Amino acid sequence: MSETLPLRDLTKAKESSRSEPALVRYIIIALAVTFLTIFVVLPLIVVFTTAFSRGIGAYLAALAGEEALAAIRLTLIVAAISVLLNLVFGIAAAWAISKFEFPGKTFLNTLIDLPFSVSPVISGLVFVLLFGAQGLLGPWLLANDIQIIFAVPGIVLATTFVTFPFVAREMIPLMQDQGTSEEEAALSLGASGLKTFWRVTLPNVKWGLLYGVLLCNARAMGEFGAVSVVSGHIRGETNTMPLLVEILYNEYQFVAAFAIASLLAMLALITLVIKIILEGRLERHHSDH
Amino acid sequence: MTIEVRNIVKRFGDFTALDNVDLKVESGELLALLGPSGSGKTTLLRIIAGLEWPDAGTISFDGEDALARGAGERNVGFVFQHYALFRHMNVFENVAFGLRVQPRSVRMNEAGIKKRVTELLDLVQLGWLANRYPSQLSGGQRQRIALARALAIEPRILLLDEPFGALDAKVRKELRQWLRSLHEEIHVTSIFVTHDQEEALEVANRVVVMDKGRIEQIGTPEEVYDRPQTAFVHSFIGESIVLPVNIEAGRVQLGDKVLDIAPNGATPGPSQLFIRRHDVILQPPGNGDLEGAVRRVRAFGPVQRADIALRTNGNETMIEIDAPRDRELKVGEVIGLKPKRYRIFASGA
Repeated sequence: MSETLPLRDLTKAKESSRSEPALVRYIIIALAVTFLTIFVVLPLIVVFTTAFSRGIGAYLAALAGEEALAAIRLTLIVAAISVLLNLVFGIAAAWAISKFEFPGKTFLNTLIDLPFSVSPVISGLVFVLLFGAQGLLGPWLLANDIQIIFAVPGIVLATTFVTFPFVAREMIPLMQDQGTSEEEAALSLGASGLKTFWRVTLPNVKWGLLYGVLLCNARAMGEFGAVSVVSGHIRGETNTMPLLVEILYNEYQFVAAFAIASLLAMLALITLVIKIILEGRLERHHSDH
Repeated sequence: MTIEVRNIVKRFGDFTALDNVDLKVESGELLALLGPSGSGKTTLLRIIAGLEWPDAGTISFDGEDALARGAGERNVGFVFQHYALFRHMNVFENVAFGLRVQPRSVRMNEAGIKKRVTELLDLVQLGWLANRYPSQLSGGQRQRIALARALAIEPRILLLDEPFGALDAKVRKELRQWLRSLHEEIHVTSIFVTHDQEEALEVANRVVVMDKGRIEQIGTPEEVYDRPQTAFVHSFIGESIVLPVNIEAGRVQLGDKVLDIAPNGATPGPSQLFIRRHDVILQPPGNGDLEGAVRRVRAFGPVQRADIALRTNGNETMIEIDAPRDRELKVGEVIGLKPKRYRIFASGA
């Protein structure tokens, strides 16, 4: 119900903007289009034209290289693990915050946003300070032969940390909005807590959840700063796609760099399309009641 | 199934929602919890259902401790004010939910579930809506589906929280009668919460009037209407004329005037005189206990309603009375009034 309010405001805003003089409207639209062209469309075109500047053969060869394949594989693995972790953590946090009252709830709610407000480089550094050889837990990890920093676990940790808010942030308002009466109805009908969650809570938030996962995945695959700090840039081992793009670029291998970059750009475009579809679904789901 | 509530206390922070509540519900009863918002009636219902836990006190179903069981194990059907239908399931699946979530060992097979759900949908006369989703139903239909869903688990007790509160007046009236006849058909011990006195008096066998976390009176609709035991019940149920009086030496005094009515055992001191609007007899001026000028008359329907400016102690108090239409009242006319039936409660009680 609360969703209809901003919508109504929006229509009002549209009406008032229509009453502006035509000239003002065209200037504003032109400004927006110019801005988007310079900052979004042009870079995208540059990425693809550079990637294909020596033909499709060179492009494919760049992607099929051993380093490139290793980077793609690592990026997919890291994204898969951190999305899965954030799915579990995100649902748990959203569930706790939206359905229960407990001391420290506001604090937890604020804490979820921390990764958004901290520079990714700092996020990476925190893990180096914790798990690095000179770090807090370094000696213990070394003694037990566990390597986190400059290895895949470190990259997963940093990525998970940076992308943590996406799922939770998407779910909390949705779950709060739906209240607890459907869950109470399920409980009084004899459903266990787990059955209530699977059959009532989760189906009700599935589109929001998918939306959160989508954004989380896009960010996880594209994360540079935090991963750069913990990765160690070991070729073929700890280079993710964004890191490889930088390395190749610095080595003047523009076609290869932009070929990898084009994959990331395509990921962004696909994400955008799915996002639009999901937003439509979410809106319809909301207007149902 | 009898329900026995003993010494239930429930606090939300500083607010005491229920203050030592005792209540016994007989098997097969249709009981109304009636009170203004904040009186604790919904909290009591939710505690009986197991959706809320009391700070102190006991609840037993047929002598068995109910508080030892969770909401799902009490076999209580609960109908929510805003229906709480599962919005992602169609009507059939909503009603089938309680059957499907049962442990595998006791769960019905698919054919059994289908048969039971069909029966229930027929009972609420909405079989034709089985494949619709809640968002496609009207409020009255949603509420009946919610009831069918609650009945699917063959509850020993049926609890309804403001079941008709969100519906418009006409549908509300229909559903009221329908609930009444449904109860006669299935006879499950039922409690419903309402703030609408007409609904409580019309539907329930017995009415529990609550205020500020306490039970003010328990009785049949006739009892709570005709013989209110507290000032709150008198003013909450039905329309009343309330006048400040003083009881002194076995006499009822309104200002400096002694009224020709017996105090009926009221304790001496400042009190309130309650008269139902229709319990006054019109008399020629000078003969009644009370006297005043007619200010406004609305004559339609079986009675005429008049605003009277009552003269009390040099002041004027406006009251509303319902008088039979055989004697025409004119605006400006001075008339005498005599209370036919009345009750006196000590002030502040």
